[in-house]
Amino acid sequence: MLQFRLLGAFLFFSATVTAQPTHAIGNIFKPLATPAELVSELSILTLVICAAVFLVVAALLAYAVIRFGYREGDSRSEPPQVYGSNQVEIAWTVVPILIVFVLAMSTARITSAVQDQRIPKDAVNVTVIGHQWWWEFRYPDLKIITANELHVPLSTASQRKLTYLTLLSADVAHGFWVPQLAGKTDVIPNRTNRMWIDPKEAGVYLGNCSEYCGTQHAKMELRVVVDTPENFEKWVAQEQQRAPAAESADNQRAFLRSGCIACHTVTGTPALGRLGPDLTHLMSRETIAATEVPMNANTLRDWIKDPQRLKPGNKMPTIKLSDTQLDQMVAYLTTLQ
Amino acid sequence: MSTAAALPLSTAQSEVQNLDRGKVGFVCLILTEVALFSIFVTAYLFFMGKSQTGPYPADVLTVPVWGTICLLSSSLTAELAVRSLRANAKARFQLWLGVTVLLGAEFLRQTAIEWHKLIRVDGLTISTNVFGTTYYSLVGLHASHVVIGLTLLLLVFALGLSGASLHRHERRVELLSWYWHFVDAVWVVVFTVVYIIGR
Amino acid sequence: MASVPYPLDKGRGAAAKRAYSWTRFAHEWVLTVDHKQLGLMYIIIALLFFVASGLQAAVIRAQLMYPDNHLVSPQAFNRMFTMHGTTMVFFVGMPFIAGLANYLIPLMIGARDMAFPRLNALGFWLTLFGGILLYSSYFAWAGMAGQGSAPDVGWFAYAPLTEKAFSPGTSTDFWILSIIMSSTGSTITAINVLATALCLRTEGMTLARMPLFVWMFCVVAFQILVALPPLTAAQVMLLLDRFLGAHFFDTRASGDAVLWQHFFWLFGHPEVYILMIPGFASVTEIIPVFSRKPIFGRAAMIGASVSIGLISLGVWAHHMYTVGLPSKANIFFAVSTMLVGVPTGIKIFNWTATMWGGRIRFQTPMLFCIAFLFQFLIAGLTGIMLAVAPFDWQLGDSYFVVAHFHYTLIGGLLCTLFAAVYYWFPKATGKMLSERLGKWHFWLLMIGFHVTFDPLHFAGLLGMPRRIYTYPPGRGWEGFNYFASWGVVIQAAGIAFFVWNVVDSLWRGRKAGNDPWDAWTLEWSTTSPPPEYNFAVAPIVRSSRPLWDLKHPEDPDWKYEQS
Repeated sequence: MLQFRLLGAFLFFSATVTAQPTHAIGNIFKPLATPAELVSELSILTLVICAAVFLVVAALLAYAVIRFGYREGDSRSEPPQVYGSNQVEIAWTVVPILIVFVLAMSTARITSAVQDQRIPKDAVNVTVIGHQWWWEFRYPDLKIITANELHVPLSTASQRKLTYLTLLSADVAHGFWVPQLAGKTDVIPNRTNRMWIDPKEAGVYLGNCSEYCGTQHAKMELRVVVDTPENFEKWVAQEQQRAPAAESADNQRAFLRSGCIACHTVTGTPALGRLGPDLTHLMSRETIAATEVPMNANTLRDWIKDPQRLKPGNKMPTIKLSDTQLDQMVAYLTTLQ
Repeated sequence: MSTAAALPLSTAQSEVQNLDRGKVGFVCLILTEVALFSIFVTAYLFFMGKSQTGPYPADVLTVPVWGTICLLSSSLTAELAVRSLRANAKARFQLWLGVTVLLGAEFLRQTAIEWHKLIRVDGLTISTNVFGTTYYSLVGLHASHVVIGLTLLLLVFALGLSGASLHRHERRVELLSWYWHFVDAVWVVVFTVVYIIGR
Repeated sequence: MASVPYPLDKGRGAAAKRAYSWTRFAHEWVLTVDHKQLGLMYIIIALLFFVASGLQAAVIRAQLMYPDNHLVSPQAFNRMFTMHGTTMVFFVGMPFIAGLANYLIPLMIGARDMAFPRLNALGFWLTLFGGILLYSSYFAWAGMAGQGSAPDVGWFAYAPLTEKAFSPGTSTDFWILSIIMSSTGSTITAINVLATALCLRTEGMTLARMPLFVWMFCVVAFQILVALPPLTAAQVMLLLDRFLGAHFFDTRASGDAVLWQHFFWLFGHPEVYILMIPGFASVTEIIPVFSRKPIFGRAAMIGASVSIGLISLGVWAHHMYTVGLPSKANIFFAVSTMLVGVPTGIKIFNWTATMWGGRIRFQTPMLFCIAFLFQFLIAGLTGIMLAVAPFDWQLGDSYFVVAHFHYTLIGGLLCTLFAAVYYWFPKATGKMLSERLGKWHFWLLMIGFHVTFDPLHFAGLLGMPRRIYTYPPGRGWEGFNYFASWGVVIQAAGIAFFVWNVVDSLWRGRKAGNDPWDAWTLEWSTTSPPPEYNFAVAPIVRSSRPLWDLKHPEDPDWKYEQS
């Protein structure tokens, strides 16, 4: 009986299209939100200026090396001893300062445009809380708490929709970086940082924690799901619900009695732990444990059995569970849509 | 190509004295110490008013008038000691140096009394709040420099008493007095920041 | 050589030679206060730590060669990059420049030793003990007072990761204490350099005639005096936090994580110039000699060096653009950082103009200088990209930054250090290094360097963050990392040639003589190696190139120099 249940669950979930990230490669020159676009614009200007400077100076250097090498048959006497030239030295002081001036003006403009943007009242507010080594996302206006996957609405030219992120840390310094959406902003304890995005193309964007935060800094990935307005509504409605009543009391008991509730929350149950990710809508997430491993019954089982295998050093303890207990737990958790 | 023999050679016996290397070295040391103290002062100013719980500066700090008078006048007596040494007036030198040591010691005693009161009576330690953290670290850093200076002054005093001819080392004793003046100047800054601005 | 007034041996007759045993040899070197011996000792320990740190880099690149690799555990990897960075900055870079300064400055100014020889020795031993302390952390294995072993908090050790709550055990304490020792050693060197340069110059050597090498080291010394204390202060504060329950950086009790960053980078940015300017100093002496022309724009070089020294104290927050400082602050630091690029650019122009119209000899020291010029140009330009705050919001904390600073440190600094070694090795040892082996060393190292670090720029542009022990496939990073890791093998081969070159040349290198390069500064007027007292009688100088004046009495420099 249980095996059929498991098989059913497995087939159901593997049949679900695990949305392949449409934007897995975080190319900073393929921006898809205004902050990243502003940065990309300035970056290209900077690259062009630097490339021009490089070409000129490298050409002069190369010419000097090629033309003025000592060749056999050259005069053995010393070449004319030149000590300097006021005109040349003034020229190559003034020109760089002018270049700096141009670059500085553009830098000031873009810096202000991104940092000092006024946030409209209808922006979606998200509080991002960095933990060692996972992300907590709270939508205070929508009364949603979730983890590791951030759903935000699409912003179009006709209907501009910003998402305003407030960044807090529960422990050490982290960094929020999804290159195609915005530059990175650090997530620092005892400090509130803010940033905004307005993604212009639906899809799944990948990012990373960008500030070294300890052992599993490498596996603290960000997954931003940009939904069309309709899908976003659907997702919000789903997330706002409490966990469904347990189909199998045994399975739920396996979960509630194994120590998980010390760290995890499932709304509508006695599980109210705040140290680990909220599990109420666990199966709505596409990946597990802030890594790229897809979420399904098998990976979930492996994770619970030995969290240290996928993420050695992470804070979820390895709890000794019998196979039955494990199966029951997974069966319960896979009902948490 | 041997060129060494043909280089014009200096006729002076020793190197040309551009500047006294002891003084230059010492100024460098003062420069780096100033940078060090600046960071602790910056931390103090940064955390001013940021303590979430008491005790707060206004509640527990009293202006250390007597200690400051002692320390600042010890600079004066140190200078008098150096002048005496320069004039080879041994007894006067020992006297002024001894007074300097006593005044410095009295300053330390006042600091100890203040800290005793803060810890025992007011319950303020380095871990109580950020005021405690920054107060003890800044005043403590200064006090540790006073201890070093006092130790060296005491050493010179003892050497003088034992009959060593310190007149020959007048330059070195002068440098030590510069160190003492530096410690006093730092106290002026610490005093202003902690007891005037910070209270 | 008959006209040389100095005896070549140290006055030891046959009888004394018989008594000169191994114990006496060790005794002499351990107790030495001679600037030349201390200088060589600094350089030797720098090279030893360089090899250790290079091995750590090899492990890093091996682990990152493939996605989802399991060569080392995440804990071991995090210790690797922390130790690699810490070693390279504090126990390779700083000792090497201290070695150059101590060996060459007295010789260049016609002095007998540094101003404070015993202090000099203290500085060396403190530095060495600091390095030993850092590496002894590997032996503080788990079980000794909690989690031991090497530090794993990154070379800049951001708070509050370094607080006791998040780094229990002793590894962070090893990091703090070993660096405090090294910093004290560096401060001692700085005081010594300034006192020596200001007080011990030989007759006729006004400050204007002092070699640019010494000028630049004076700027470095000033920076050390002013920029190292913020680091030491922050580390003392961290110790107070960790052991006495203070709250400087303890964010759970009103402490401030960003304050650590401000203090660290107040040190950290000038530090990179402290490392780099001695490289500039070396090439400023080498390029003119191999181009057969004086340095172009001497006064501007001094002015540019001093400007860099001063402006570098005001750019630190360009390491903190992502911390969330107000836009005005970010703009200020962007402007100041771009400005510091101007005097640096001027120097590159001056070096190029020195070569212009010359008769360039492409021996190994010059090859390294030319590579330096191209590579530092690129490094400086990627630095300008990082200076543009919004661009840095994407590039910062990514492999682009890693590529940038390795370009400045390997493509820049290391090339200048090797140029200096090939140039002054004959002076220090009396033997020439092999040109043939030198060229193998040069080309292998340069090719390997580019194979590793050129691709890493692109990994950064595609979103690869730094300090990650592994990465998944499908992010676009695999190809670059795989290719980059091969560069390690090539670089290692280059270094192997260097080591072989040194060993072989010490054994049977060609005799150098006083002045193998036909150079113009005072160190070339004494024997190779110099006698213990450097100069039997101090020379008088009339210009900044005293040996040029000697070799060209018909057209001496002092006719053209103002002072």
